[in-house]
Amino acid sequence: MSPPRGLLADVVPFSWVDGPGNRFVAFLQGCNLDCLACHNPHTMPRSTPRAREVGVADLLAQVRPLAAFLSGVTVSGGEATLQAPFVAAWFEALRDDPATAALTRYIDSNGCATDEVWDLLLPLADGVMLDLKALDVAVHVALTGSGNDRVLTSLERLAREDKLVEVRLLVVPGINDGEDGLRRTGDYLATHAPGVPVTVIGFRPHGVRAAARDIPEPTPEERARYAAWVAAGVGPDLVRVV
Amino acid sequence: MTEVRSRARALVDSPALTYRQRVAALAALAEETLDPPPVSAEAAAALARGLVDDLAEGHAPYRPRYLLPDYARALAQGSSFLDLAPPRDLHEAVGFLLAMYSQVPSITGYPVYLGDVDTLLEPFAASVDDATLRDVLRLMWVVIDRSLPDAFTHANLGPDDTRVGRTVLALERDLLQTVPNLTLRVDPDRTPDGLLLDAVATVFACGKPHFVNHPMMCADLGESYGVVSCYNSLKVGGGSHTLVRLNLAESVRGHAGGVEDWLDTTLPRDVELTAEVMRARITSLVEQSRFFEHSWLAQEGLVSLDRFAAMFGIYGLAEAVNTLVERGGGTERYGLDAEATALGWRVVETVAALVADTPLPYCDGNGGRAFLHSQSGIDSDVGVTAGTRIPIGEEPPLAEHLLAVAPNHRHFASGVSDIVHFDDTVTRNPQAVVDVIRGGLATGMRDVTFNLDSNDFIRITGYLVRKSDLARLAETGVSRHGSDVLAAGSVANSHVTDRVVKRVISSESAPRAAR
Ligand code: SF4
Repeated sequence: MSPPRGLLADVVPFSWVDGPGNRFVAFLQGCNLDCLACHNPHTMPRSTPRAREVGVADLLAQVRPLAAFLSGVTVSGGEATLQAPFVAAWFEALRDDPATAALTRYIDSNGCATDEVWDLLLPLADGVMLDLKALDVAVHVALTGSGNDRVLTSLERLAREDKLVEVRLLVVPGINDGEDGLRRTGDYLATHAPGVPVTVIGFRPHGVRAAARDIPEPTPEERARYAAWVAAGVGPDLVRVV
Repeated sequence: MTEVRSRARALVDSPALTYRQRVAALAALAEETLDPPPVSAEAAAALARGLVDDLAEGHAPYRPRYLLPDYARALAQGSSFLDLAPPRDLHEAVGFLLAMYSQVPSITGYPVYLGDVDTLLEPFAASVDDATLRDVLRLMWVVIDRSLPDAFTHANLGPDDTRVGRTVLALERDLLQTVPNLTLRVDPDRTPDGLLLDAVATVFACGKPHFVNHPMMCADLGESYGVVSCYNSLKVGGGSHTLVRLNLAESVRGHAGGVEDWLDTTLPRDVELTAEVMRARITSLVEQSRFFEHSWLAQEGLVSLDRFAAMFGIYGLAEAVNTLVERGGGTERYGLDAEATALGWRVVETVAALVADTPLPYCDGNGGRAFLHSQSGIDSDVGVTAGTRIPIGEEPPLAEHLLAVAPNHRHFASGVSDIVHFDDTVTRNPQAVVDVIRGGLATGMRDVTFNLDSNDFIRITGYLVRKSDLARLAETGVSRHGSDVLAAGSVANSHVTDRVVKRVISSESAPRAAR
């Protein structure tokens, strides 16, 4: 069997916004959600002329000369778990190469992945950073076009297996910024993902599709309020707001 | 003589200079009336056309360019010149050092080296509580900034984690002074992440410290070394008689042929011309003005001639390489394209071999040879890039940038500066900067220094200034820090702030001390 190949939107050799420390990030092409507030809409379609195919050896070779400068690698997207066999093969190669073995391997995911996918990936991954777009199904549908069953199942499993390193809440004014919803999200996380850091991200129109461009950007005060509502559940020490 | 008289008059009457700046400028003017150390007509022509540059050290060297007194020895033995016994407690030790700093000669009038203050003071700190330590060091730091207002003045910390070191970093974040410049020596086996994170937080606050590769420095200079001025690493108890630099871009301009020919003929000749100027200056300092016979530092064993060498600087590598590539019909650029970058490495390697093969007098501190130095530029450089840096504004993304410049670093025992910059998002993830520092050192970088885009503090050629001080200088024409005046010129001439914020200071508003 020939090794799986990946469809890559882009790589960022050094990133300090995709997990702890300095990380090499591979953005994989294709997503299974259709988020109104997506900041990388060009990574959504499964095929686009802007994406390119990449082999495991090639992507490993891009990391090797940089390994000394990195805490680890992150796969992001799009939705990286859609290309689970490729991600697994790349992580395995990173683990087995002495030059890259010390790097931590993180997955940035929207949580829409089956148990089989996690069965394949979790033994090879050090951590997952998960987006929770909304706790309520109706709001989740409004924001992403899909329900959140699978997201919540993933979140709970990742927390149980100690692989959930961060939950990200993108708060979009007028859609998922209600006090009640955010308080219940905080309570939910306190119960199902105790001790996991939560990042509250205020919506920014930069890079989004035309349909979302008129949504206002929350003020710093509003962002602080969102964070406080979530913190009422999970505790202030675990919440950071950006 | 009438010209000298009118220049002296202009300095005396200048509204833009403080008293001390006036004194220094008048002294420089007087020195200029003497004949410079004699060199051949060819070397004189090289100086005149800017191929070789003695960095305005003056016509009659009467103190070494960089002097690193052995402060540890002074504290242990006391000083008859200073009339001070060995200090017995922290207060006496700090008083001793402050007194000594005021008596260390240099080119700018202020000492370039303040010692490894953590190692020097840690034994005295043992008997005081944290609050006292902080109060005493705060006073020391404030007095250094106010009485030695020159950003070339440089203190060292590390590689070990100490109470004094941690307190100094905390004070730096609190005081936000440009002076002293600060270096943290990093040893992967001895310097813990906690100390590095503390240092990175300090970089976020005030652009300091600069980080150096301790094991690499020890291998080249021995355990007892210091980092002074702008990334100049030299032996403690020694220093550098002079720093003369060769303009590689000008060397290529003065050559008619291609790469191989330049490397084989013109470059060796220009290295020799530079060395000739160095020999003349060293001999003048040691044999005519006889610094090592009359200086109290030499008499008390705090510096010794056998720990001295001289610094051979190079700059303008980027323009030299780009011109050579263009002549060969190519369009690749140094730092951006692999082949051009590799040619840059080859040029540095060739210069290093030539300098290692060129004997100089009174350079026992480095086996009778000069230390090679990647010179970080001065305010008047126009259209020529500092040292072996990638031109400002052209730098590739950070990862490529580091990999492009790292191979040069092993050749520059006396320092090399490549300033890398981070955008502000990194302040939320300081570990990322620690990763980059550790990676830089692991891949053979000797010096690592950062600018943070939003910072009020920016590195100019190597020293720090505050953007707000530059703005004030532009407005009022007066600065307490001598280095701000240089910096204003540097900003105007080389768009140093292009990568930070757009701010243009016209050169008319930047007074020049000696003109
Ligand atoms: S899950 Fe992420 S990549 Fe996919 S559409 Fe939503 S925001 Fe965009």
